[in-house]
Amino acid sequence: MNIAAHLPVLLVAIPLISAPLAVLLRHGGLAFAVVTAAAWAAFASAIGLWMQVAESGPIAYAIGNWPPPWGIEYRVDRLSSLVLLLVSGMAAVVLPWCRATLARELETDRHYLYYAMFGLCLTGLLGITITGDAFNIFVFLEISSLSTYVLIALGRDRRALVAAYQYLIMGSIGATFIVIGIGLLYLMTGTLNLADMAQRLAAVDSSRPVLAALAFLTVGISLKLALFPLHQWLPNAYTYAPSAVTAFLAATATKVSVYVLIRFYYTVFGGHLVFDRLPLPEVMLGLSLIAMFGASFIAIFQNNLKRLFAYSSIGQIGYITLGLSFDSIHGLTASIVHLVNHGVTKGAVFLLIGGMLAVSPAGRPSGRKRPEEAAPTFDKLAGLARRMPVTCFGIVLGGLSLIGVPGTAGFVSKWYLILAAMEKGQWWLVAAILLSSLLAVAYVWRFVEVAYFRAPPPGESGRSEASPMVLAPALLLVAATIWFGIDTSLTVGTALDAATQLTGGSR
Amino acid sequence: MGHFAYIVTIFLMVAGLFIVIARGNLIKKLIGLGIFQTSVYLLYVAPGKLLGGTAPILAAGYTVYSNPLPHVLILTAIVVGVATLALGLALVVRIREAYGSIEEDEILGKEGGA
Repeated sequence: MNIAAHLPVLLVAIPLISAPLAVLLRHGGLAFAVVTAAAWAAFASAIGLWMQVAESGPIAYAIGNWPPPWGIEYRVDRLSSLVLLLVSGMAAVVLPWCRATLARELETDRHYLYYAMFGLCLTGLLGITITGDAFNIFVFLEISSLSTYVLIALGRDRRALVAAYQYLIMGSIGATFIVIGIGLLYLMTGTLNLADMAQRLAAVDSSRPVLAALAFLTVGISLKLALFPLHQWLPNAYTYAPSAVTAFLAATATKVSVYVLIRFYYTVFGGHLVFDRLPLPEVMLGLSLIAMFGASFIAIFQNNLKRLFAYSSIGQIGYITLGLSFDSIHGLTASIVHLVNHGVTKGAVFLLIGGMLAVSPAGRPSGRKRPEEAAPTFDKLAGLARRMPVTCFGIVLGGLSLIGVPGTAGFVSKWYLILAAMEKGQWWLVAAILLSSLLAVAYVWRFVEVAYFRAPPPGESGRSEASPMVLAPALLLVAATIWFGIDTSLTVGTALDAATQLTGGSR
Repeated sequence: MGHFAYIVTIFLMVAGLFIVIARGNLIKKLIGLGIFQTSVYLLYVAPGKLLGGTAPILAAGYTVYSNPLPHVLILTAIVVGVATLALGLALVVRIREAYGSIEEDEILGKEGGA
């Protein structure tokens, strides 16, 4: 058997098997080992797939040897190989970090369940990205969503429960909208295979059910990717979830939803139906601008550091959808690059914040939820840079990338956004992108001001940096943030190729 | 008869969504969500049924069959729906333990509007 030929299915199957194994083992350490090994195996497969696709073009894999469109087809092209790299890579980095900090967030006898849920969440996200079957997207979406709700509810604060419940309601509505959209498409085309569907749609192009399907899919996916004004679930979910979960979700879950949106817009509907016949670009442009300004503005006034960066995420998603609304190769490239860059940056920032919490004196977890838990509020952060210099410097570097300072990953994606805006001759948008970056300066500066220029509370002057085990994965991501700002061959190279492929090179 | 199934589907869809949005009781919200999801089952299954068609089994004397694929898809969707409902109810149990209430406004009130 040739393993390289079966990488597409192994990528999903290995994490999927690791989850029930983790439950059967009933032991935190063993479960950790199994799920982490699975995540690394998935990462290795993703690298393998990325290289295969870069060399010899898109890969199609027929599950169980049933040829598409009857069987389920897995398809890997440039775009999906990049997103697969991001998702599996983040899991491979975040999981070892979990091991070092989880003991403070969850009772030891429930650790194996946490790892099982993590494995399932990873499976779902990878599955969404790799599958070429519309209904399969929904199934994997629900696998990842259901495990995400559980992971969020594991947060120590009792508000985590309410956040998880709200996310469950919003997420299920979003997923149901997506099924309605897929159902309408199936009624009109009689197929669920995305490539096949795209061909058959040409015949029924602008019939009303197809437009309705487009609307349902847009709203449903926008709920999942937290496009303004469908973002209400996000701040609470990110704030109260366990730190590792926040980092993983912020880096992957919304990004995979963006991927699904791009996939439906370009591969299934084809750009011309979405962008020429409906006022979608205008609507998306407006909502993106509100997200960029509104959410970043709200972020400035947050008192909880996790919540601050959660609102910043909503703003950054605005940049991603802004790139989509341009409907040009450079716009799409900017979206895809920012999807990766923002994922890596936010992952780094949330891991560092988590490391900060792991050191703060909070005591052992008990079975019952507590009303208030050690939250990273600004009054506790005063003078933190003296106690945790490495962590604080890492967060500042991440913040610079969120602002888009040259030399960081964030600059590269903003550069392409501005390029796309100039191509369209919309100079006011260039100004808007720069102005909204100033808001990012404001919220990052709030952290700098408190951590570096305020005197620490008395009695807390000694150094108490997080342990190397906690710092290493986070710093790896910070290094990646800088790396993607300097060497853009992986991100921009792949994204440009993907954008050219998706648009057929015509835009 | 023509569009009867669609009318029922849309009615259930809107009713379910309305309950989710308008009700503050966490259990009632989940019931609304259940109705909303169920309406989608109808949306898939109803068009797959041919009047006078039988189950898709090859047998002498029958030539008209219903499309089995939507039924299979919805079987999956039903499982997903059950899982969602179960998880939602489990969360409500935990919320009641932590807050002593399942009314949304009371819970939000206890957090000071957070």
